[in-house]
Amino acid sequence: MNMVLLTLLAIVTIGIVRQRNLFAVIMLAGAYSFLMASVLVVLDAVDVAMTEAAVGAGLSTVLLLGALTLIGSHEMLLPTRHVVPLFVAGVTGAALIYATMDLPPFGIPTTPVHSHINPYYLQNTVPETTVPNAVTSVLASYRGFDTLGETTVIFTAGIAVLMLLRGRRSLKRGPKRRRVQR
Amino acid sequence: MRLDLLLRTAAKILIPFILVFAMYVQFHGDYGPGGGFQAGVMVAAMVILYAIIFGLEAAQRVVPVRLAQLMVPIGVGIYAGVGTISLFFQANYLNYSVLAHDGPHGQHLGILLVEIGVLVTVASTMIAIFYAFLGRGRK
Repeated sequence: MNMVLLTLLAIVTIGIVRQRNLFAVIMLAGAYSFLMASVLVVLDAVDVAMTEAAVGAGLSTVLLLGALTLIGSHEMLLPTRHVVPLFVAGVTGAALIYATMDLPPFGIPTTPVHSHINPYYLQNTVPETTVPNAVTSVLASYRGFDTLGETTVIFTAGIAVLMLLRGRRSLKRGPKRRRVQR
Repeated sequence: MRLDLLLRTAAKILIPFILVFAMYVQFHGDYGPGGGFQAGVMVAAMVILYAIIFGLEAAQRVVPVRLAQLMVPIGVGIYAGVGTISLFFQANYLNYSVLAHDGPHGQHLGILLVEIGVLVTVASTMIAIFYAFLGRGRK
């Protein structure tokens, strides 16, 4: 199941890179998010899968389509071929794949990552917080300060995008301001 | 018969269910997958679906632009406010144990409140960005 989904992910990625029509690229990006959510469900991370499906396959597609109304729907063709970036990407990918050979088997509970604080969280989430979902209790209570930082990042990104999209209005007011100063 | 009759009817039926499901995901995040981020994105998707089917003016009558832009910092304020309330009870910042009569119930209340803060921020950010995109497209 994993191999089927990952092969489909690779095919969709090649399609995104090679496709020139931006509308098709947006649809392929939505399909990519759906496949990624399926991979996450197969890996038993349902919270992350729900977030990925909602944001990637739902909201990102709509916002990219909204951006598409502001620019044309065809990407311009770059005339040069890029050999050095392809080589660098290939070497980095091969090094990462070689590094994953050394990782412990997926999902066993005795890896060093899962041996220090994770048993404490899993055992104490119901006695200390009455919340059986360990993901929510870690996110909101044990690591609540990080989630405050995440929310602040969403806030900052939102106001940055809003400031970028409203920039033209302040340019229109420029000449009027100069007339008042005189 | 208009060409988009099917879309409008289906949207009219679906939009309340999307809101109810978003509230379910938000408040049931304690017992199953879910929580503030997923529910916020679903609420934003509901408003965006309404804007796509029924037009931007109709959607801006329901959720005005200024309200969406105002709610973005209010969500962060709710989250930070819960942490600050803990300071008034002589506990650490964001220590929810002092918010109720005993520790675990205080934690539960604190988790519910901060998830509401996350929901408000995520939903209003997505809606405000969508309004900014569409508002700029028409000249």
